[in-house]
Amino acid sequence: MAHLGVIISMLVIFGGLAWLLFRSIKGREVERRVIFVFIFVAVAAPILFPITFEEHASPVVKGLFDHIDTLPPGSRVLISFDYDPAMAPEVQPMANAISFHCLDRGHKVVFMSLWATGQTLLFNTLEDVIRPEFPDLIDGVDFISTGYKAGNEGVLNVIVSDFKKMFPTDVNGVPLDSVPIFDEINSCADFDLIVALGGGRPGPKEWVLFVGDPADVPIGVGVAAVVAPQLYPYYPRQIIGMLGGVKGAAEYESELAHRHERFKNMAQPGLKMMGPQTLAHIVIICFIVIGNVAFFRSRRRKGN
Amino acid sequence: MSLPLAATHPRLSVHLFFPIIVIVLTTCSSAFGQSDTQLDTTVVDDTVSIAAAPVTTLLVEDGKYDDGDSLRLFWVPSIDDQLIDSKVTGYRVYRLVNDGAAEPIVDLLPGVGNYTDKNVELDSSYVYYVATLTESGEYPSIHTESISPQREWINFRRGYLFIIMMIISAAIIFYVETAKRGKKLFVRKIAGLEAIDEAVGRATEMGRPVLFIPGISDMDDVQTLAALTILGRVSRTIADYDSKIFMPVSRSLVMTAARETIKTSYQAAGRPDAYNDDMVNYVTDEQFGYVAAVDGLMVREKPATVFLLGAFFAESLILAETGNSIGAIQIAGTARPAQLPFFIAACDFTLIGEELFAASAYLSGEPRMLGSLKGQDVGKAIAMITILLGVVAVTLSEAWGVGIMTDLHAWLVKVFSSS
Amino acid sequence: MRQQIPLLITFIVGTLLIVSVFIPPFGDLETTFNIWFDIIAVFAFFLGGGNLLRVHINKLRKRKRDWGFSIVTILGFSVMLIAGLFKIGNPGDIASAVDAPGSLFYDIFNSVQYPLSATMYSLLAFFVASASYRAFRAKNREATLLLIAAFIILLGRTPFGVMLTGWIPDSTSLLQIPNLAIWIMNSPNLAGQRAIMIGIGLGVISMSLRLILGIERSYLGGDK
Repeated sequence: MAHLGVIISMLVIFGGLAWLLFRSIKGREVERRVIFVFIFVAVAAPILFPITFEEHASPVVKGLFDHIDTLPPGSRVLISFDYDPAMAPEVQPMANAISFHCLDRGHKVVFMSLWATGQTLLFNTLEDVIRPEFPDLIDGVDFISTGYKAGNEGVLNVIVSDFKKMFPTDVNGVPLDSVPIFDEINSCADFDLIVALGGGRPGPKEWVLFVGDPADVPIGVGVAAVVAPQLYPYYPRQIIGMLGGVKGAAEYESELAHRHERFKNMAQPGLKMMGPQTLAHIVIICFIVIGNVAFFRSRRRKGN
Repeated sequence: MSLPLAATHPRLSVHLFFPIIVIVLTTCSSAFGQSDTQLDTTVVDDTVSIAAAPVTTLLVEDGKYDDGDSLRLFWVPSIDDQLIDSKVTGYRVYRLVNDGAAEPIVDLLPGVGNYTDKNVELDSSYVYYVATLTESGEYPSIHTESISPQREWINFRRGYLFIIMMIISAAIIFYVETAKRGKKLFVRKIAGLEAIDEAVGRATEMGRPVLFIPGISDMDDVQTLAALTILGRVSRTIADYDSKIFMPVSRSLVMTAARETIKTSYQAAGRPDAYNDDMVNYVTDEQFGYVAAVDGLMVREKPATVFLLGAFFAESLILAETGNSIGAIQIAGTARPAQLPFFIAACDFTLIGEELFAASAYLSGEPRMLGSLKGQDVGKAIAMITILLGVVAVTLSEAWGVGIMTDLHAWLVKVFSSS
Repeated sequence: MRQQIPLLITFIVGTLLIVSVFIPPFGDLETTFNIWFDIIAVFAFFLGGGNLLRVHINKLRKRKRDWGFSIVTILGFSVMLIAGLFKIGNPGDIASAVDAPGSLFYDIFNSVQYPLSATMYSLLAFFVASASYRAFRAKNREATLLLIAAFIILLGRTPFGVMLTGWIPDSTSLLQIPNLAIWIMNSPNLAGQRAIMIGIGLGVISMSLRLILGIERSYLGGDK
């Protein structure tokens, strides 16, 4: 049934595109709304009738994966959820996969957020991944959430030298001085790795500028695809690895599934979303071709 | 009265020069000088056979160029700290404050050979030792001598930064003064800014409003401030043409500042009665809630001209494409490089990066303002020369091992890493 | 006077912050001013919220065009405010997080704001398609280069990139589309981005100097 669905939707999409190409040979442009319909079908069809592709981690994704994998168990990792629901479809799969990976390796993880909306998304990761997958881990010993703190870069400027000054308690009001995980953590310099997830401001770039460089802590980032080009200048010296958009999340999930048996049976939203993304990209490429055909035909006509 | 809050933000100013700084810094420098760093060395005898050898050569020194709030420890890890079959499970740093009891302050991983204690106070004295941790117990090193953190008044590590800042800022001030004396300075044409009058005029002719979006950042972003400086000029033209402007904003402070800007422009145009507060409305801080509201406004009100100037993020293309779909003339500008391609694809004119900051000066045509633009070129010249030098130095030193080029490369890295 | 006081504040604060970069004891000044800014911004929320309510209540009262939307706005604003302020359904005590799982705030956030925001963001997919269709045309040599780069990046971000060029031997692996895409991002793209960033940095310096020195006054409404 699923295969039939895939075949029918492909026929509809590519048949339609062939028809538009034929029209473009006559020099006719495509209306905006027609493009929207094709994109809608290209995104919706692989969601309804799942198409998955094999992914291989690129060096930029592997950089972060290998670092987490090779840190000795018990290392301290800080993960910051600096994004909102809009970015969540892209970034939440990364957050879930990285959190799973860190806890599965036995690292001590501190979660925080510089965005008010990030705190709720952080709760989602705790509820959806950590509590069901790691029921034996103890809040305050193996992981902790310090929640959201207002102040943007100001927060980073302080926690780089004194974490508890900005976060005296965890998200539930428990003093950090009384939780074992913070026995050895005074500042950001005491973390073995910081993972900044997000894409806006404050986000990964601010983590690099205000914390990574001054405290000399390795920074890994996971960002929305649209922001990734902006962060390339920092890779690989200031950022050890980067996950860009759904593709980055899919590559990370695929690497995790290859190397950690347990992850194979878990939800892999990044890999699932690669189907719609791939098809949408192909449709966009086809439209660029159609647009150019129409452009050349109309230019030739004008020339004549 | 609009508070110039944005101007108070460090982003606007941290790397700038000002004559007064020279005086302050010179005074401070001569008064206090560069403080000496204190260095205490303790050598541990590591020949004794024990389960795990303690760390050796434990050094403590005052953190350089700080406010007396850090001490740095260095040591040579235990000889039993091996990659394979290591007996060492980590290191524990102990501290004695004012000759009190020893307290553990941090546990570190095997292989680590330094630690910076940032939890120290100026008037206290500190003694440290590092214990090597194994499964059978702890093996402490010998104590360091007592040390107190020192405050330094000048950060000499930022000396090069200061010099670069001085050169660029001095060049800007030089050209401002040159322009003030009446010398004509050439500034290239910026198409997007040339089109402003025409765009506002078109809105007037069509009887449709002008929509001004100042980005979605708050007043602490210099791009928002740049947008408001352009708003000052644009709203003056709108007041002159008796056109209509509406400006939905996503930050309360931007709302109050923008209202003040437009109000003063209307007053300057001699039409204070035509102004009303409803020209600027707060919508929501939520990024895509704001986008939904602005898109709705565009589709319903169909503005003839849309200005998208300021800090934009993922919403840039959604706004610009909606503006494009209603046939508005769109003038966009941002200093977010990732959003520039979207604006270029969907808008009629785009101010790229620095053009956004130059806009107000360009529009004013005032010599002093134009002079400041000219001064920037000196900065660009420095950047270009340095990049060329760097490329030549790295190429020659790595390909042919030219010694002097290796030194030049090292020096350039030092100069431009002086943060 | 209306202009002099803000200009004086700008001058003093700007100067202090520059000095603080080079004098360690003043190093915390930047953080302090940031916190002050946040405090002022928090109070400004009342202005913003008040303005929002005033505009929409007026619209509703006068039955202006599209007044129905105003009901949705006022309802959304009030329900979220009450759910957060009174921590309705919150399983924890008064010190617990406003959006603790189980609270009404958490549920509304996850079932209303989350999908709505994601939907708005996803519009980008549609607009990227329509903008690409219009913008990527081989009108001249530069535009053709842009077009080719766009093709490579688009294919490189999909598994098709590997499928199409996976056969290329490792010795010339740069020619594989995904690697080519990474090269475009890392080299030509990066060079352009850095040049723009340098220009922006200099633009910020110049603009800040104009503001601190009081040369730029248009944000205060001009020179008068």
